[in-house]
Amino acid sequence: MQGFMHKISTTVSVAALSACLGLAIPLSANAAEDADIAKGKELAFDRKKGNCLACHDIAGGSLPGNIGPPLVAMKARFPDFDKLRDQISDARINNPNTIMIPFGPHEVLSAKEIDLVAKFIHTL
Amino acid sequence: MKKYLAALSALLMLITPIASQASPEDDLKSFRSYFTDKFPEVPMADFVNGVYSVDKASREQWEEFEEFPAYEIYISKGEDLFNKKFANGKNFASCFPNYKKGIRQNYPRFDKASGKIVTMEGDINKCLTDNGEKAYGWKKGKIAYVGAYLAYMSRGNLINVKTPSSPAELAAYNRGKKHFYSKRGQLNMSCADCHYNNAGNKIRADILSPALGHPSGFPVYRNKWAGGSKGDGMGTLHRRYGGCNKQVRAKPFKAQSDEYKALEYFHTYMSNGLEVNGPSLRK
Ligand code: HEC
Ligand code: HEC
Repeated sequence: MQGFMHKISTTVSVAALSACLGLAIPLSANAAEDADIAKGKELAFDRKKGNCLACHDIAGGSLPGNIGPPLVAMKARFPDFDKLRDQISDARINNPNTIMIPFGPHEVLSAKEIDLVAKFIHTL
Repeated sequence: MKKYLAALSALLMLITPIASQASPEDDLKSFRSYFTDKFPEVPMADFVNGVYSVDKASREQWEEFEEFPAYEIYISKGEDLFNKKFANGKNFASCFPNYKKGIRQNYPRFDKASGKIVTMEGDINKCLTDNGEKAYGWKKGKIAYVGAYLAYMSRGNLINVKTPSSPAELAAYNRGKKHFYSKRGQLNMSCADCHYNNAGNKIRADILSPALGHPSGFPVYRNKWAGGSKGDGMGTLHRRYGGCNKQVRAKPFKAQSDEYKALEYFHTYMSNGLEVNGPSLRK
């Protein structure tokens, strides 16, 4: 009886544990992803960092400029995340005379910060 | 979008080499037609009003402010300084015999003897030092007051920078032109990026003024320049140049440096034939 109970409780706890793990892994990944996106948004909107609103209309931002196109439907425009990241890091790749700041090469944003901004922009 | 971008960069590639070899007269023609094409509803003479020539929304308020303009007292201060006797008994009138007819429209000019560009501010301070007086600071304060008075006396006169033709004049002109079109600073932007290609567009909440007509209203009273260490609102064109260089995180040149004088020479030549309307009010 004791052995049986023990078995059950082990089974239950294993089940509970695996259920827990099964949920917990994607949950924490989502949370990390969300935090990155939030940080990316902060960097994009910060006047001393990306200041993307100077030129682009971006959902959630106020008083946007209109020098660049509104940043919408970004997943459709940039199915390839790396292409989006490149555009943000150095817009001169696509337009040598662009007014858009070469954020990467001019070290206005670090590589890590560009990743975060690109993650946020990709959600738009 | 791609198509548009490709067309744009192709166009730029076409324009750049031609522009760098063009004569000042050709530059002037293409500079104007660019703006008249871009803003067909703006009469040429109205470009002297800076951003208000293209920003209908803030124009009305600006016109109201212009009825009792904040620069008025600085015109009178400038007049007082202008007439005040130097220690040697002379005054500014001895250096600017034509001030009543207006002289602002003739600046900047190229001085053959020294091979340098001479600005109105340069002549104001030269008058002081030639007469044994201490020169004014270059960007704000008394230099802007006397400049405001001289500009006021010149209102309605047409900007008349002599077309650069000698090799030395062309060298100075091309230096200024190069400054205007070169990207600079950590943010990598040129004057032309903002005041030519994107004139009329918004950078954040600010509408960008066309470069055509820019120098006509200087010195200006700017709200942004009023208060604390920034001064009483009055400032010169070179003070503005420094501010715009700083915006793109570029190290500004000194006011009245050869670099800014060359920029003023190019920038003002592009506005030839427009009226002097300084001093003016700006945000
Ligand atoms: C000074 C103006 C300016 C700033 C600041 C700026 N951009 Fe841009 N951006 C542009 C312009 C103009 C374009 C259009 C393409 C070109 O001319 O290079 C553009 C294009 C883009 C594109 C491509 C859009 C598309 O649909 O093809 C993306 C993505 C982008 N910008 C993201 C950003 C992000 C993110 C930031 C801030 C970290 C930023 N931009 C800051 C001017 C700017
Ligand atoms: C990042 C954008 C940007 C760049 C680059 C820039 N400016 Fe400006 N400039 C502005 C803004 C914004 C204003 C205020 C609104 C206006 O009048 O255009 C301004 C105002 C001015 C004014 C005052 C106009 C007036 O009527 O009072 C002058 C003159 C001027 N800029 C010249 C220059 C020159 C010359 C350069 C290059 C050395 C330059 N700017 C580069 C953004 C810029």
